Amino acid sequence: MSATTDVPARVARGPRTVRRVAGRRTAVHAALAGLLLGLALLALLLGELRLTPREVLDGLLGSRVGGSAFVVRELRLPRLLLGLLVGAALGLAGAVFQAVLRNPLASPDVLGVTQGASAAAVATLLLGGLSGWPVVAAAAAGGVAVGVTLQVLAGRGGAAGQRFVLCGVGLGYLGASVTAYLVTRADLRQAQDALLWTTGSLGQASWPLVRTLGLALLVLVPLVAGLAPRLALLQLGDASATALGARPERTRALLLVLAVLLAAAATAAAGPVAFVAFLAAPLARRLLADGSAALAGSALVGAVLVVGCDLLAQHALPGDVVAPVGVLTGALGAPLLVWLLVRGPRPA
Amino acid sequence: MTSGVQERRAGAASATVVAGGGVRLGAVLGVALLALGAAVVASLALGARDVAPQAVWQALVAPRPGDADHLVVRDLRVPRTLVGLLAGTALALAGALLQGLTRNPIADPGLLGVNAGSSLAIVLGIAAGLTAPLATVGAALGGAAAATAVVYAAAQAGWEGATPVRLALVGAAVTAAATSVVTLVLLSDRRTLGEYRFWQVGSLDRRLDLGALLPVVGPCLLLGVLLAALSTRLLDALALGDDVARGLGHEVVRGRLGVVVASVLLCGPAVALVGPIGFVGLVAPHLARAVVGPAHRGVLLLAAVLGPTLLLAADVLGRLVARPGELEAGVVVAALGAPALLLVVRRGRAVG
Repeated sequence: MSATTDVPARVARGPRTVRRVAGRRTAVHAALAGLLLGLALLALLLGELRLTPREVLDGLLGSRVGGSAFVVRELRLPRLLLGLLVGAALGLAGAVFQAVLRNPLASPDVLGVTQGASAAAVATLLLGGLSGWPVVAAAAAGGVAVGVTLQVLAGRGGAAGQRFVLCGVGLGYLGASVTAYLVTRADLRQAQDALLWTTGSLGQASWPLVRTLGLALLVLVPLVAGLAPRLALLQLGDASATALGARPERTRALLLVLAVLLAAAATAAAGPVAFVAFLAAPLARRLLADGSAALAGSALVGAVLVVGCDLLAQHALPGDVVAPVGVLTGALGAPLLVWLLVRGPRPA
Repeated sequence: MTSGVQERRAGAASATVVAGGGVRLGAVLGVALLALGAAVVASLALGARDVAPQAVWQALVAPRPGDADHLVVRDLRVPRTLVGLLAGTALALAGALLQGLTRNPIADPGLLGVNAGSSLAIVLGIAAGLTAPLATVGAALGGAAAATAVVYAAAQAGWEGATPVRLALVGAAVTAAATSVVTLVLLSDRRTLGEYRFWQVGSLDRRLDLGALLPVVGPCLLLGVLLAALSTRLLDALALGDDVARGLGHEVVRGRLGVVVASVLLCGPAVALVGPIGFVGLVAPHLARAVVGPAHRGVLLLAAVLGPTLLLAADVLGRLVARPGELEAGVVVAALGAPALLLVVRRGRAVG
């Protein structure tokens, strides 16, 4: 029934509809950016030491030294930036995976990248007794290792990504069961540390971490942006895309590599902040409702989710519970997605 | 690539010759049943204390009270094997149903929130002090049913109804929300984590009181199998798209609800018995499809045999590699199943 009522609407689409869609896109992007800015401001103002906007500004501009400047520059700003970068990277990675693989469930959580990173990090934590940079490095290596294995196993040949997705799911289960095994064998306190890491947290934010992740994104994001027009062609189907000059196989492979790297970098920095990569793209697509892959929108939604949830996790939970951000991203993002699915505008 | 196409053509040709297809399915099923039988015998005989096959047989038909071998077989291995058979079959069938329903090859039995709902209910139960095995099973069943009801209602509520994509998205979203709450509880309550981590890894060795459980679990599973058997034609039609299925005279909405109910009736008890071992339900249908092709009658039949075989084999292997300790079946299933899945997918016939 839906299909039959859809077709005339799509055929009847004229220039006016195109303009309206473009207008909506600008409005949604602007609203998301505004929301992000507001959340960022709140994140700098709030905390155990409540600052005035003036103090925050002074701290940011570096025109004053002392307690408040230290809090802003060394504690809150790195945490805010880490959340922003991690959210954007995960959102973008999820959007690329879902668009390239044409599977709404595809995301680093499903394709094994997250589980690979988690297994490596948890092994480093529990077996090696290490923390800090070794864990970051192990997580990055684990995520990339899964990505490489996927490319080797399923990178070549047609099947439009299904093979890639299935291999990823298989590797993901393998990684998850390694993690579960390590957790059952560990001392209970360490098991909780491992669980904390696999939930995703911004607690370890520091300037070196922000700089490293920022550098990675500075390389990866422009590359994804450069491929975005070709991704839009791929959405038309391989035959049309080829006719229009895109090389589907190669574009897909490149985009998948970039998405794996984005996800691995973000996961290494903050742990696999739960479900951001899965939720950001469907949320953005339903907000935009223009049928595109919504790459920029997904990055914005991802950043808003992580920064906003970190704010709530730090300040809004009852009692003195301070939860890692990954606990709230799923709990808040998922109902939002369900609500958009039930109430939201028809995707064009 | 070309060989794959040829193989697929050959498969299609043999399927059109009805008698030939029937013989092939029968032969494949026979081989699979033999493998299952071997897994059952191994599960009864092998472990920390190996029991000779004759002694196993004696323990089953003429048990001697006080004989340690007979005690091990009757009190530990028989329940464990039974749990493996039931859960393996149920998970494999549920996975096949959901992969067909959502037309998404990565659907596993947990897709509609069953695992997450069970986990949440169990965690809340443990946190509230309910640790008796029966309470855990009850919580798992209730949580599974509640989560799936939420998923189906939300997916059905929008303007286009419960399409495959919406079911999958809402299921994954509900899983995300429930998992978040579970994590929050586990991070704030170490004692609950201590109990929950052993449930979460997935094991056949739960020392459950099967006599009390079977009257609850058995009818659920039976009804689920019955509904699954009734839905094979609908699933074949749905594979061609909702509109085609409607054109072929199927009641798509009601049929879909039936499949959802069947998968919960199958998966809920299975998760309650062994924990969230969703991987069996993902792999078994793919293996089956690779052998007998995409028609659901064959896929369901073969998956129902392959699922318990995989689960029991994983359990036995887990007992053998870490003697006198054990590796949980949930860990070994992934170690066995993932390479099998990769192999099938690499051969290019799993996508069906």
